[in-house]
Amino acid sequence: MTSLGFAEQLVVDRVSVRYGGVLALDAVSLEVPPATVVGLIGPNGAGKTTLINAVTGVVRPASGTIALGEARLDRLSQHRVARAGIARTYQNIRLFGALSVADNVRAGAYRRRGTLSDDAVRELLTRAMVRDHELERRAGTLPYGEQRRLEIARALASEPHVLLLDEPAAGMNPRESGELRALIRAVARLGTGILLVEHDMSLVTAVCDHVLVLNFGETIAQGTPAQVARDPAVIEAYLGTGAADSEHR
Amino acid sequence: MLVQQLANGVFLGAVYALFAIGYTLIFGVLDILNLAHAAIFMLAAFVALSLAGLGVPLVLAFALALVVAGLLGVLLDRVAFAPLRRRNAGTLVPLISSIGAAIIMQGVARGIWGPDEQRFPANALSTAEIHIGSLTVGALDVVILAIALVLMGVLSYVLRSTALGRSIRAVAADRVAAALLGVDIERTIALTFFIASALGGAAGILIGLQYNSVSLDMGARIELKGLAIIILGGMGSVTGAVIGAFLLGAVETLSVAYISSSYRDAIAFGVMFLILVLRPTGLFGKRALRAA
Amino acid sequence: MFEFFAHHSKLIDQIGINALLALSLSISLRAGSLALAQAAFMGIAAYVSSIGAVHLGWNLGGAALAGALAAALVAAVLALPIGRLRGVFLAIATIGFGEITRIIAINWPITGGAEGLSGIPNDANTLSIYGTLAVVGFAIFLFGRTKLALAVAATREDESAARGVGIDVAGVRMGTLVAGAIVAGLAGALYAHSNFFITPGDFGFGRMEQVLVMCVIGGVTSSLGAVLGALLMTVLPELVRFLHDYREVSSGAILLGIILFSPAGIAGLWQRRT
Repeated sequence: MTSLGFAEQLVVDRVSVRYGGVLALDAVSLEVPPATVVGLIGPNGAGKTTLINAVTGVVRPASGTIALGEARLDRLSQHRVARAGIARTYQNIRLFGALSVADNVRAGAYRRRGTLSDDAVRELLTRAMVRDHELERRAGTLPYGEQRRLEIARALASEPHVLLLDEPAAGMNPRESGELRALIRAVARLGTGILLVEHDMSLVTAVCDHVLVLNFGETIAQGTPAQVARDPAVIEAYLGTGAADSEHR
Repeated sequence: MLVQQLANGVFLGAVYALFAIGYTLIFGVLDILNLAHAAIFMLAAFVALSLAGLGVPLVLAFALALVVAGLLGVLLDRVAFAPLRRRNAGTLVPLISSIGAAIIMQGVARGIWGPDEQRFPANALSTAEIHIGSLTVGALDVVILAIALVLMGVLSYVLRSTALGRSIRAVAADRVAAALLGVDIERTIALTFFIASALGGAAGILIGLQYNSVSLDMGARIELKGLAIIILGGMGSVTGAVIGAFLLGAVETLSVAYISSSYRDAIAFGVMFLILVLRPTGLFGKRALRAA
Repeated sequence: MFEFFAHHSKLIDQIGINALLALSLSISLRAGSLALAQAAFMGIAAYVSSIGAVHLGWNLGGAALAGALAAALVAAVLALPIGRLRGVFLAIATIGFGEITRIIAINWPITGGAEGLSGIPNDANTLSIYGTLAVVGFAIFLFGRTKLALAVAATREDESAARGVGIDVAGVRMGTLVAGAIVAGLAGALYAHSNFFITPGDFGFGRMEQVLVMCVIGGVTSSLGAVLGALLMTVLPELVRFLHDYREVSSGAILLGIILFSPAGIAGLWQRRT
């Protein structure tokens, strides 16, 4: 649907976010070019969610800029960021539970002209690997894995330039996360840039072109998945200083 | 003149406080707005009046009516709120069911006591006055103030220093955690309703005595003021409700004396609206019931 | 048949007006806002249309439109300060707004004060009331087929996720408040013009409670339900006249029963059966 070459590049340039006195994000930069999967990893509290919140307009950066192509996003309200072409899924699934499956997908296409036909909805469900195509079923009654995939279908419905996936593999079994891997690759191949926040390192390694590692709000490493996995700073951040020390002794 | 007005404000505020404490206790513990509170306030006044009419001494009539009010509160919870708690019904639905319960109580009161305003037996109330310098206060007002303060003192002691108080505070802070700690949730909620409704009933009886008038619409008149008070004090805060009540009492009597009686209530609701918009946690921080 | 209508025309008119009020509230409840200002909007429009009719000689159509417009303007202004409020806090703020409106109506000389405003031309009839109801109902039906209706439903379900798909949540909430105010305003104008006189007490918290009850009994977000709720709650007190002073009990009991046993209201009963 999103055709190759039409997506814009997301550029986060030296963005800092402050909560009260705490610096949650310290001059973090990253780029998500079209047709590219960028992984964002780091221990809990590293600033991954803060970065997503900054990009989507939930929090305002204290400094730095965020742009999608030529358009500045960092002064826009949440819904305007979404209309500019940034779609997202949530760590804790946030579907419109009492609405039908079809209406969830249609709501996803809100920024686009017109309304999706039933066929267009089914096509999106197929792309997102939702198995149950009963369009009038209440979204909240779907099983967990289906809800996760429906959320992806909702995000894809907007034909976004950039798709933010916040821990999409959480709670998925190996077979499901294998499908997710294929799905992410397929979406990227059609031109959409993807920013993937994920704990499942095998998924990150398998799909990401580039990985950025955050710790305490700072970028501590970046590169290809293989480079990052060898980086001593990353190993220390994940195992913790205490663990590293005890190994030395 | 100013001192006299402030004294009047204190008498008014004490009764407002009793009423508002009940409101805010239930909100603090259950996060619901109980719009039947004013109906219990009114029913208690009618019960006390009827008992007094039967020749029951006023003190005993007062005590019995408090118990009736408390039990009505427990019944209200069982019928209108407990079933909704079990299905996690959100904020709108319990609000509506409390309106339903209020309509029923109002209907029952109209059926039993008729639509007209009623007065206490002529000999039941003291009309003595006390003079302190230029200040004139009715002996009845002083007694009412004393009763209100004693009840607030008892409540404060119960909340701070008894096992029940600890349970109530625990349920208010986190119902799930309280249950894990072994607090009997349903029993605590029932007792909260008993206390809150008995205090609301006390307010109704005292206001009935103060104006020597008990009527079906007396609840409607205080219901929304109670809302203003608990917003002023911060939803769920008992201390805040008491301070808010005395503030409102003072503002009302002063505005009648110095500004104009016609806009008296507009001031209360204007302040309430501003607080909600500017500082939704009220003047006295948030969740003082939980912190106390 | 004709005799039945002639005999009950007052009640039939009342049902129509209450249906409009219940519809107006269901519009803002649809976006998930528990804004309880319908009685105030109704009152504002009732006074504007009546004063226009009494002092300036407006006809019913002009007076009703002016009233609805006034209510809409007030709603638009009110939407700004209450924009951040949700749930019970929104309910209380709007109840406070309603009280302030009522107190202003009592004290403002042009409204006739607490005694009320009299001499309003009695030119609203069953046809104009049900004509308005039909137009409003049709407009709601048409709206339901647009993309905006989906935005309203999504806002009710999850505001944050709604923003995430590009829905202007603040705009939706303001829009539903204003649309509800227009409908409540039409109801208020019709109410004033089918009674010879109005008082501020007609538009107080008691009225707001009534409207809320009708709406909830009907099933909160169902338009047909709102109309049925208005029908039931308007007719019921007449049907149970034999209960005399205990009449109110039946309304309260039905309300409680529906809440406890059919959470989706009358509309829910209907859906369950089909």
